[in-house]
Amino acid sequence: MDNIREIIAKRVAKELKDGDVVNLGIGLPTLVANYIPEGVDIILQSENGFVGMGPAPEAGKEEKDLVNAGGLNVTLMPGAAFFDSATSFAIIRGGHVAATVLGALQVDQKGNLANWMIPGKLVPGMGGAMDLVSGAKKVIVAMEHTAKGKAKILKECTLPLTAVAEVDLIITEMGVMAVKPEGLVLLEINPAYTVEDIKAATEAELIIADPLKDMTV
Amino acid sequence: MHKIKTIEEAMGHIKDGMTLMIGGFLGTGTPETFIDALIERGVKDLTVIGNDTGFPDKGIGRLIVNKQVKKAIVSHIGTNPETGRQMNAGEIEVVLVPQGTLAEQVRAGGAGLGGILTPTGLGTIVEEGKQKVVVQGKTYLVEEPIRADVALLKGAKVDKKGNIYYNYAARNFNPLMAMAADLVIVEAETLVETGEIHPNEVMTPGIFVDMIVEGGK
Repeated sequence: MDNIREIIAKRVAKELKDGDVVNLGIGLPTLVANYIPEGVDIILQSENGFVGMGPAPEAGKEEKDLVNAGGLNVTLMPGAAFFDSATSFAIIRGGHVAATVLGALQVDQKGNLANWMIPGKLVPGMGGAMDLVSGAKKVIVAMEHTAKGKAKILKECTLPLTAVAEVDLIITEMGVMAVKPEGLVLLEINPAYTVEDIKAATEAELIIADPLKDMTV
Repeated sequence: MHKIKTIEEAMGHIKDGMTLMIGGFLGTGTPETFIDALIERGVKDLTVIGNDTGFPDKGIGRLIVNKQVKKAIVSHIGTNPETGRQMNAGEIEVVLVPQGTLAEQVRAGGAGLGGILTPTGLGTIVEEGKQKVVVQGKTYLVEEPIRADVALLKGAKVDKKGNIYYNYAARNFNPLMAMAADLVIVEAETLVETGEIHPNEVMTPGIFVDMIVEGGK
């Protein structure tokens, strides 16, 4: 499974451009920071109130109050800056974040995203996800293609939505899909799978790009 | 005006049924000494406004575990299973608000604004029961201002006039809440003489602060 997560994180990292301000969600999206290509300088935004987030500190070098949005100790890159929550979300909502990468419970072919609750089962709250998805210039969903064999990429989400028609790109271990006016387009395929494999694992209608590229990481 | 109080003097103003804003993000920047005092005093039926309900043993979460909260207005409860349990059992009312919306509602409450217009939550259950307006061709939700009876803040350095300097990510909601309550009490990790925080480095002007309690952790 680690390999799948690594493939996804590596492919997402290739979407990020030099100078981009990027917000990475908790979990798999956090791994993306490990695979940023050489020479690409991105600025990580942490919604609890700073830009310029660096990796986890060495054991024993944790600084008090220097934590990410998951409460874990982090370090800072040169040029980091702190601010209050209103400024943090002005950055997010105001179009100053080039890309946000998050996971999904469900995503659909119209770009709707559900990732914040399962009624009656799991109600953690939306945190900053709704603001991030409605405000970031580019919304990238990074996730395993299915959940225990069950499709997560659907014709229409059935769970409560995080945002409507905001997802731009879906990256899984099977391939890369873009939400376009004509529908959900499979742009790249992991050569370990066939188009039929992907169709079988996807409930949404997939339009196959021509030419269909290999997904390289 | 003499703002420095003992914890007994300051916490004596907090009564059953009051609405409290409590700074912090997963406990970082939360005035834990005040939480200790509220637990000791046993004030109940509180409405608490904050980013999240922390952890069972950290931040606002401790008031939830001790059953002193009847209503929580927060963006996230996922890190404190006790909040979810009490919510499902009908023991507590939880209002989940997108984090950026909550920050702006608090800011509006302190800034004399009649609310804010945000695209966040459009097309989701967040928009239920709310007014929508169209400005410059774009649709927004109207979110009302929020105020509280008391705001409880934490500063890393506080001078005797109440000027506050925050450490790293401990700033978060604190500066916004400083403007949005009838009574504002700050827990000072370090209390310094007036003037020891350079005016350029004051993050919350002391004019917002009514009481200072020394000895925060």
